Amino acid sequence: MTPFAKLNSPTELDALKRKAISAIQGCATRVLVCGGTGCMANGGPAVLDALQKALEKHEVPVRADIMREEDEDAITIGYSGCPGYCQVGPIVRILPADYFYVQVKPEDADDIVTQTVMNGKPVDRLLFKDENNSYAKRDDLPFYKDQVNVVLADCGVIEPGDIRDYIARDGYRALAEALFGLTPEAVVAEVTESGLRGRGGAGFSTGRKWGFTQVVQSAKKYVVCNADEGDPGAFMDESIMEGNPHALLEGMAIAGYAIGADEGYIYVRAEYPLAISRLRTAISQAEQAGLLGDRILGGPFSFHIHIKEGAGAFVCGEETALISSIEGQRGMPRPKPPFPANSGLWGKPTVVNNVETFANVSKIILNGAEWFRSFGIERSPGTKVFALTGDVVNTGLIEVPMGTTLGDVVFKIGGGIRTGRPFKAVQIGGPSGACLTEEHLDLPLDYDSLKSVGAMVGSGGLVVMDDSTCMVEIARFFMSFTQKESCGKCVLCREGTKRMLDILTRIVSGKGKVEDISLLEELALTVRDGSLCGLGKSAPNPVISTLKHFRDEYLAHIVDGVCPAGECESFKAYSIVSEKCKGCGLCAKKCPVNAISGELKSPYVIDATLCTRCGVCAEVCKFDAVVLS
Amino acid sequence: MAQSAVLPEKGSKARRHFSRIQQIIEEYGATESALIPILQKVQDEYRYLPEEILTFVATALDLPPATVYGVATFYAQFSLEPKGKHIIKCCDGTACHVRKNQTIINAINQRLGLAPDKKTTDDHRFTFEIVSCIGACALAPAVVIDGHVYGQTTAQAMVEAIDKIEEADKAEDAQ
Repeated sequence: MTPFAKLNSPTELDALKRKAISAIQGCATRVLVCGGTGCMANGGPAVLDALQKALEKHEVPVRADIMREEDEDAITIGYSGCPGYCQVGPIVRILPADYFYVQVKPEDADDIVTQTVMNGKPVDRLLFKDENNSYAKRDDLPFYKDQVNVVLADCGVIEPGDIRDYIARDGYRALAEALFGLTPEAVVAEVTESGLRGRGGAGFSTGRKWGFTQVVQSAKKYVVCNADEGDPGAFMDESIMEGNPHALLEGMAIAGYAIGADEGYIYVRAEYPLAISRLRTAISQAEQAGLLGDRILGGPFSFHIHIKEGAGAFVCGEETALISSIEGQRGMPRPKPPFPANSGLWGKPTVVNNVETFANVSKIILNGAEWFRSFGIERSPGTKVFALTGDVVNTGLIEVPMGTTLGDVVFKIGGGIRTGRPFKAVQIGGPSGACLTEEHLDLPLDYDSLKSVGAMVGSGGLVVMDDSTCMVEIARFFMSFTQKESCGKCVLCREGTKRMLDILTRIVSGKGKVEDISLLEELALTVRDGSLCGLGKSAPNPVISTLKHFRDEYLAHIVDGVCPAGECESFKAYSIVSEKCKGCGLCAKKCPVNAISGELKSPYVIDATLCTRCGVCAEVCKFDAVVLS
Repeated sequence: MAQSAVLPEKGSKARRHFSRIQQIIEEYGATESALIPILQKVQDEYRYLPEEILTFVATALDLPPATVYGVATFYAQFSLEPKGKHIIKCCDGTACHVRKNQTIINAINQRLGLAPDKKTTDDHRFTFEIVSCIGACALAPAVVIDGHVYGQTTAQAMVEAIDKIEEADKAEDAQ
């Protein structure tokens, strides 16, 4: 791609926008292959490649990039961001007809080119279907019908690799309006008025955070984006960075103008290589176009953005630990106060927000606080992106107004339980979060309602579980995660999580004692009260909430010696299915503890009191007669 | 300059190593805030962080070796032991866990003769790590082999993938 000319005024930005719109409208067809991590892993690159070859074979003219107007009837083809419906990937979207093709394989490329690109007709077999219907357009799909897209509106529609695609959809206009039409105070006031709350977990008012930083007198200030999305089961920030990186950059630049900072850092986890490369491309294009860097749009404001790659430490999601990590140190949290607003990166006033928060900012500046408040509910306006995963039919990324009920998310958008088994629980907010059960299906998903039941929005991971998931095991899983990730600064977090993990491991391996439950509860409160940062304070949450809602399951493990979900290995017993057993005696011969007995040519039996569950019998049986249940 | 004091003999193999490290340090700047990117780059080249290089970096950045060692041991990404030629990472995020990735972990460990406390095969061909969420939750359970994501995978598919890599490797070695 040729370098972009530097834009020297808002008028030039407008002119480029008009040019980009007319170029895109003049384009006969746009073929967008999902370029999100999910679809890329699922064969997206092979599909793109096959489509390009098919276009060449049928001599369809393809534009080198979206702005080549000289090829008027030519089409464009490229990667889009993630449209969210990862379950049915790889996804190919055709604009402007807006056909939405699912589970596309390279073999389908020829039909897509001959039927859709050349003749404008949909390829029926690639459309999404359920029992009764087939859906041609994205918005008709049951998965999307109840969603409201604000942050993800451009994800999956634009090519993240070309800044002009973003500009055509009002990109950087909010920045231009802020720089040339609003005072920094007015920007802070608008964001405060919108009621936007931090999307990273705690839900603090973004506008107020900016306000605190703005009033501090300092020659140097920083804007930091927390893109260290460490919660297992959450990938919304990843998708925004991959699908619409400029929305994040624009939000950060507006924040920089509002608080008086000229430098920003994006702290991204190293586990997101695709997001990092898309961000690098986006920053370089924005700098060429004069939308980042020195004297943005020819005005007095300058803003530089740097990328810092994380090195694998969950605790760096905590803002003070993240700041330590950018400075090159061990990522350990510091006591607050002083808050980053007063003393953050290198001791300078710093605003730290997460990706989704920044991605909302340009929309608020463009459309106004009033518009933003029309989504969601009074105390939690706007929308929230959730990562819906686990035992649900439709997995992927969803965006709904704040206050949508849990039941609507799981059953309407998620399509219910994938396995056909009963719904058991939803884990929200990752290792810091809690479990919600059937009784919470009418609970609105917003900061305050979730807090009232001891849960939190967290980063927004929703992991749905059916009744084959053992809740004690889930608590153990999260505890092993936080225990590993504890930075070790606070004794209670470092040692307390270890002891809690020991107890949970003991329970799931069938060696639990009744007094373990009260000990767990006592430890949970001690760790919560005695830790400095959010990691330790919230580490006991999964234990507290599973003990509250699933105490029976803990007791079943300890007292009755069974795992009701049938998941914990230690509670499983080997047995021989007599119909399948031919009586060869091989298992009895191989059993190291002589727990198997019987007579040749008639079914053998396992003595459960002697069995050590080593599994040798199941391995040697040629007739699959030994089962674990 | 301070670092000349620790440079090994001219022309030696170790000296060549250090001149490459010196290049990396110059690229990022010899400041504390560049420490993590420098270590990341070093690990890219060597597949681990050799101890003598940590000392060299510390001297070059004018930091106590303990500080550099502290950073190198704090972050999960850094390894002080040599890693295998092929890196297999099994995602252990919640979604993968709920979709029972344990059977996959067991199968890979069994196939490679590894255990939770033994992560690299004796021939240094494979390293198997269990990593935190890689963000491919909708494709759970997921495993990454040499940067390629295998989504909705199974124990059998992983064993087959490893077989294939080993076969190709051995064919290459034979040539």
